Amino acid sequence: MSSEARPQEQPTFTRSGLLLHVGHFVVFAALILLWEVSITYFNVPSFILPTPINLAARAWEDLASGLVIHHFTVTLTEVVSGFAGAFVVAMLLGSAIALVPFVERIVYPYVLILQTIPKVALAPLFLIWFGYGVQTKAITAGLVAFLPILVTVVAGLKAVDPRRELLMRSLRANSLNKFMKLRLPNMLPHLFAGLETGIIFAVLGAVLGEFIGGSQGLGALIIARQAAIDVAGVFSAIFYLSMMGLGLSALIRFAKTRFVFWQSN
Amino acid sequence: MNTSAAVQAIPALPVQRPRIIEVQSVGQTYRAADGLAVKAVDSVSLDIVEGEFLSILGPSGCGKSTLLMMISGLLTPTQGHIRFKGQDVSGPVGDFGIVFQDAVLFPWRTVRANIELPGEITGLSRSERRDRAQAMIELVKLTGFENKYPKELSGGMQQRVAIARALTLRPSLLLMDEPFGALDAMTREQMNVEIQRISLESKATVVFVTHSIAEAAFLSDRVVVMTGRPSRIQDIVTIDIPRPRSLAMITSDAFGAYVGQLRQGLNVNEEL
Repeated sequence: MSSEARPQEQPTFTRSGLLLHVGHFVVFAALILLWEVSITYFNVPSFILPTPINLAARAWEDLASGLVIHHFTVTLTEVVSGFAGAFVVAMLLGSAIALVPFVERIVYPYVLILQTIPKVALAPLFLIWFGYGVQTKAITAGLVAFLPILVTVVAGLKAVDPRRELLMRSLRANSLNKFMKLRLPNMLPHLFAGLETGIIFAVLGAVLGEFIGGSQGLGALIIARQAAIDVAGVFSAIFYLSMMGLGLSALIRFAKTRFVFWQSN
Repeated sequence: MNTSAAVQAIPALPVQRPRIIEVQSVGQTYRAADGLAVKAVDSVSLDIVEGEFLSILGPSGCGKSTLLMMISGLLTPTQGHIRFKGQDVSGPVGDFGIVFQDAVLFPWRTVRANIELPGEITGLSRSERRDRAQAMIELVKLTGFENKYPKELSGGMQQRVAIARALTLRPSLLLMDEPFGALDAMTREQMNVEIQRISLESKATVVFVTHSIAEAAFLSDRVVVMTGRPSRIQDIVTIDIPRPRSLAMITSDAFGAYVGQLRQGLNVNEEL
């Protein structure tokens, strides 16, 4: 009987896996070294492009002074609130579109039009309507993050195996049961693909909002430092912005392994 | 057996029991992609009695699954009608369990949770669901695998879960649509022995669709031999071999004779 069970695949650190890690490190170190050496060799002035060591020092300085923490928190607030808003609206609207054919016919054309508008171009309008505060950037972030999430919600809710549907029908399951026990879990793998794109888009949207107006956040910091031709400072802000993007998408991927545990990789 | 008469005549059953299903001149016509009407099933009449194991045997794509779907009420016949326990069928009859060729499990649910699904949907209490699932797990011999997920199980074990799920509401009718078609030959034979035991224990009426002659002969009280396109009844063969049947029985002369008879019924198809 037990011989019928499939062998469990154990994730192990194989030799090729270790080799890959070493490879990554070597390439990364080589690139940094190349950068450092070529700047010294070609005598590039530091206000054009600083050396990696200068940059690391500047990033550390920004952190130690607490300056970057403030801007980081502002941008993070915009990203997370915009993303959360986009998620909630996408779930509600996506469910309506996927489940009610009438809504799909009426609403989906507008969604598709929205898809063709460069959302970033709307940001100046939002500044007029909602001011220069956090809420405007959150809206920009949310709007950019919204579509990839909505599309995956709709696709995930619709992509139900017809045989599973038939099984639910044979049990005479009502709509709520079909939704909660079949469509919703079935949607999750799709949804997380959308969330991974969405969170990166949200960071992008928030930064673009900050570029256009305002004095708070990492995007605004980049603009201010650019005006002062503080290249190392700009790099430092970009570094923390990248860390935010990396961290948030890592969180999403972690959540995916918890919620979509039945799918490997 | 005279084949033209067999369409109408239903052979005498070993024991007279009440009819659970009456299939009355049922047909199914659907519109193909090219817009032409295709007749999948034509004028099928058949009575199924309580507690019997009935197989529907026919070539692949002959419409036997369509007939099964109509019996379940999941598909409405375009011709004739079906009665379940004397009531006309419109929509899923409720009192049946169904097993497909693939297990069709929910990968996000454990073995136990998959088996509890029908109970959840029909509103059984939590403790009742637990007890029934446990009993089903023991019936299909999956003890120790309750908390595994489907992807951790072999095809045969997944199909056991599907059978347990189909039986958890204690239906009077179990419908199986080529349930072992995707399994390897060894597992398939083993599952045939298992399903015989399970059907005897659960006392459910079983309607079993297959294209395997040996499987039909081994499992059934009666075998309905279908022709292809449109599907009609070619022959109904009563397999009069005592139960429980063992795999060793397959080599007996009586079994061989039945296999021959079924094969002959199927071969008529080829000549048409």
